[in-house]
Amino acid sequence: MTESQSVPRTQPTARTCPFDPPPEYKTLREQEPIAPMTFRDGLTGLLASSYDEVRAVLGDPRFGSNRRVVRPGDSTTDESPLPPPAPGMFIMMDAPEHTRYRRLLTGQFTVRRMRQLTPLVEQFVTERLDAMADVEGPVDLVRAFALPIPSLVICELLGVPYADRERFQRDSAAMINLGTSAEAAQRATVSINQLIHQLVLTKRAEPTDDLLSDLVQAGDLTDEELTNVGTLLLIAGHETTANMIALGTMCLLENPEQLAALRADPTLMDGAVEELLRYLTIVQFGPRRTAHKDVELNGRQIKAGTTVLTSVVSANRDATHFPGDPDAFDVRRPNSPHLAFGHGIHQCLGQQLARVEMKVALSALFDRFPTLRLAVPAKDVPMRDDMIIYGVHALPVTW
Amino acid sequence: MKVIIDEDKCCGAGQCVLAAPDVFDQRLEDGTVVLLDPTPPQALHAQVEDAAVRCPSSVIAVVK
Repeated sequence: MTESQSVPRTQPTARTCPFDPPPEYKTLREQEPIAPMTFRDGLTGLLASSYDEVRAVLGDPRFGSNRRVVRPGDSTTDESPLPPPAPGMFIMMDAPEHTRYRRLLTGQFTVRRMRQLTPLVEQFVTERLDAMADVEGPVDLVRAFALPIPSLVICELLGVPYADRERFQRDSAAMINLGTSAEAAQRATVSINQLIHQLVLTKRAEPTDDLLSDLVQAGDLTDEELTNVGTLLLIAGHETTANMIALGTMCLLENPEQLAALRADPTLMDGAVEELLRYLTIVQFGPRRTAHKDVELNGRQIKAGTTVLTSVVSANRDATHFPGDPDAFDVRRPNSPHLAFGHGIHQCLGQQLARVEMKVALSALFDRFPTLRLAVPAKDVPMRDDMIIYGVHALPVTW
Repeated sequence: MKVIIDEDKCCGAGQCVLAAPDVFDQRLEDGTVVLLDPTPPQALHAQVEDAAVRCPSSVIAVVK
């Protein structure tokens, strides 16, 4: 092999259609499902693109989330000690540290508890739709609907007082880069972290009936841990759901025969939510794992210290697991397990909440505005091409 | 069919409850799996196998 051939590829990022992953992934899945690659920061490692490989890496505890922070040019098999994650940042931890935090939280996000939230989600959805109906279109569906819903729900879950919710909403819009610079997004994140820190102190002094108060009372977490856990839940539960609602709406509007089928038979909604999750898979650049031991994976040797980028976007278009045309959006597709929420011990904690929010929001939106349509050509919708969470920066709609 | 669970590995994602609600539940306090029926009837076998495949932390084993 010559020098030039051994230079690994970079991650495919150029989409040719707003709903499809970069086309290189199809070739990678078929020809090199685990391929050498160079990350943006110069780190070299591996890119897993097929369903089986992605699932195997994410489900294998020998691959950890406490990833090495490597400078450009550093070896992937550098065996220097791993920097510890910040207290409470459990998504970057492995067992048993991760287990301790996860167990404190899973009881708050069970299927039953999240279904019990349905009336509350319906109330927020109705209020936002009423506000939309009071104005003449076009409106930006992201600001008017898709972002406020998860934001209000997470405020309610965490127990953010009403007086602070406006600041919270404003900061969270800035945090996810809605018309703001990276610096402003960073400032908003700090502001939210401060707000949650204050909230932790308040709940410690005067517990109320909410998740944060439960955590304060149930565990032995420090204020710093609680603040980071709260911030993490907020960020994780926010940008993702907002983008699934907005991009999901765009996808349904651009596939009118699918939308018509869904309208004709509302029992298809649960399956449609799963298909939207699979088809749109908005976690577009990851997740990333690091081998903590030498691993043999499907016949390939992976050395300890190697970072593997798993592409759930690509895995969810793998024809071996999604027979027929995996690139077709089909609300009647048999419900085969997708990887949109990841796999393994870090699989999305809030996935049952996301399902409830998507189902309620999308059903009510299309019920309320039967003539809902894009107010600009689809090609002019600003896509979040370079953001970790894919979606739309804005979605101008009218009715 | 006999269903065996390794509760210690459970990460509380709730996939089993969605796939086979008559066989699996989640404990109220910490969301970990509760096996409602270790020997489910034939009619539920496909659901249980689906739950075992979906489980993100490989908690569910099925013995036939």
